[in-house]
Amino acid sequence: MGCIVIVGAGECGARAAFALREKGYDGRIKLIGAEPHLPYERPPLSKDGLKAQLPPKHVADAERYAAAGIEVLTDAPVTSIDRAEKRVTLADGSAIAYDRLLLTTGARARTIAGTGDAPRRIRTLRTHADAEEIRRELAPERKLAIIGGGFIGLELAATARRLGATVILIEGLTRILSRGVPEDIAAVVAERHRAEGVDIRCSAKIDRIDADDRSARIALAGDETVEADLVVVGIGAVPNTELAAAAGLSIENGIAVDATLQTSDPDIYAAGDCCSFPLCHYGDRRIRLEAWRNAQDQGTLVAGNLLGAGEAITSVPWFWSDQYDLTLQIAGLADGASTTVRRDLSDGAFILFHLDDSGRLLSASGIGPGNAVARDIRLAEMLIAAGKRPDPQALVSPETKLKALLAA
Amino acid sequence: MSGNWIEVCAADEIDEEDVIRFDHGGRTFAVYRSPDDEYFATDGLCTHEHIHLADGLVMDDIIECPKHNGRFNYKTGQAKGAPVCVNLKTYPVKVEAGSVFIALG
Ligand SMILES: Cc1cc2nc3c(=O)[nH]c(=O)nc-3n(C[C@H](O)[C@H](O)[C@H](O)COP(=O)(O)OP(=O)(O)OC[C@H]3O[C@@H](n4cnc5c(N)ncnc54)[C@H](O)[C@@H]3O)c2cc1C
Ligand code: FES
Repeated sequence: MGCIVIVGAGECGARAAFALREKGYDGRIKLIGAEPHLPYERPPLSKDGLKAQLPPKHVADAERYAAAGIEVLTDAPVTSIDRAEKRVTLADGSAIAYDRLLLTTGARARTIAGTGDAPRRIRTLRTHADAEEIRRELAPERKLAIIGGGFIGLELAATARRLGATVILIEGLTRILSRGVPEDIAAVVAERHRAEGVDIRCSAKIDRIDADDRSARIALAGDETVEADLVVVGIGAVPNTELAAAAGLSIENGIAVDATLQTSDPDIYAAGDCCSFPLCHYGDRRIRLEAWRNAQDQGTLVAGNLLGAGEAITSVPWFWSDQYDLTLQIAGLADGASTTVRRDLSDGAFILFHLDDSGRLLSASGIGPGNAVARDIRLAEMLIAAGKRPDPQALVSPETKLKALLAA
Repeated sequence: MSGNWIEVCAADEIDEEDVIRFDHGGRTFAVYRSPDDEYFATDGLCTHEHIHLADGLVMDDIIECPKHNGRFNYKTGQAKGAPVCVNLKTYPVKVEAGSVFIALG
């Protein structure tokens, strides 16, 4: 029989638990999480879920876990791993033995040093609890300052504007979305936010932040002070590696795993936001993704590998973001691209395709209203996975079906 | 049973291995043509977040949702993978005199 223990009850851990059953495992499965909720989806926390103050959108309800024989422990942070004895210890002191261990501990929001003692007015957004606290301040007459022009900050800005709050967004670099998003697409996003009334400040340098119970103040270089009812820091995420590191597992910008998601201990695997892995489509470059579908894909794959399948990860990174009625989707990684071609679709939607010297498609990023770019981005992802060198002219012309290029 | 056949479109208005959206009586449907040239119909909205499936991608007998890539078998309506877990309702389809009809219950 045996027991597989999963530490981290988020998207990835939950998916892995169900996939173990789908793949025929009939031993015990224990899914252990630090949060008070069953695993839930994080993407709504900055989008409609935040706006409508929805309860956590569970990955599965309690009946499904029960029916699949998955034991879920909530509010139960794991504090240590004993690799020699093959067991984990929980905060309440209890120990749980494992045959195989999966770490899906995810990531946490990065914070700005020295702001931890003003938690009420300076927050981050990662959990449902964070979203509930932030939501209270999103109303007309309230002023929100967001630090960081990445996806979470921008989605929060869009939702806050929809709720009537005043929003200022402070970015240290020369433009928003500088990590992984082409300039032309970031420009569309920035323009839309400005049209919706978001005050975006790029190249801003923060000298100091302080807060009391009622408000916060951000001192910018050049003698300007921004006052706000709430500051949300959206400057990226840090992988939760402490547990693995304390157990002596290799860490490299995340829990280091091989292409089968195995850590440096053959009985321990890691998957999702917490791990870094070699990505085959890009010369086995080691990367760490913070993306929802990756959490699902890796959760499914690792379940098979916990049972001995030994399969390597081959999915192409894929990400989406919703802001106002715009959706942005990105497949692949554009680093190393030498050529970019543009495909214009209806309603102002467009896609940029990035190719390397040899003509191989590396990445595609698109933006448009609703799901205008979805189908082509999905096909681009399949072209990337197949290592195709599509004719750039065919990519440009909206009359050419990308499906036809896949068959070619 | 349901004698209520509604005309959708001309059969050749749907490409092979493709899907179109069809709105009728305040409801929305997705009508498919399979690679082996058969026609099928399901509810038009994904069971995950109410997104129009007709913007998605048809591959063999699978429709993949454009929003988060949830998958359904459009012939049976069966949910095929995370994040979708609730099946799609399907509807009978017939092709007559070059037109596609669906039966709404
Ligand atoms: C606001 C927001 C919006 C997002 N929007 C998008 C989007 O639009 N598109 C997209 O692709 N991605 C989006 N993401 C990213 C996506 O949600 C993550 O990639 C995904 O949640 C990763 O899943 P995971 O299971 O690996 O990690 P997590 O979801 O972080 O789950 C890890 C869990 O492990 C728990 N844990 C950690 N350490 C321990 C321990 N020692 N003991 C017990 N439990 C522990 C944590 O409490 C957490 O519950 C968004 C994320 C956020 C925060
Ligand atoms: S809306 Fe269809 S998969 Fe999410």
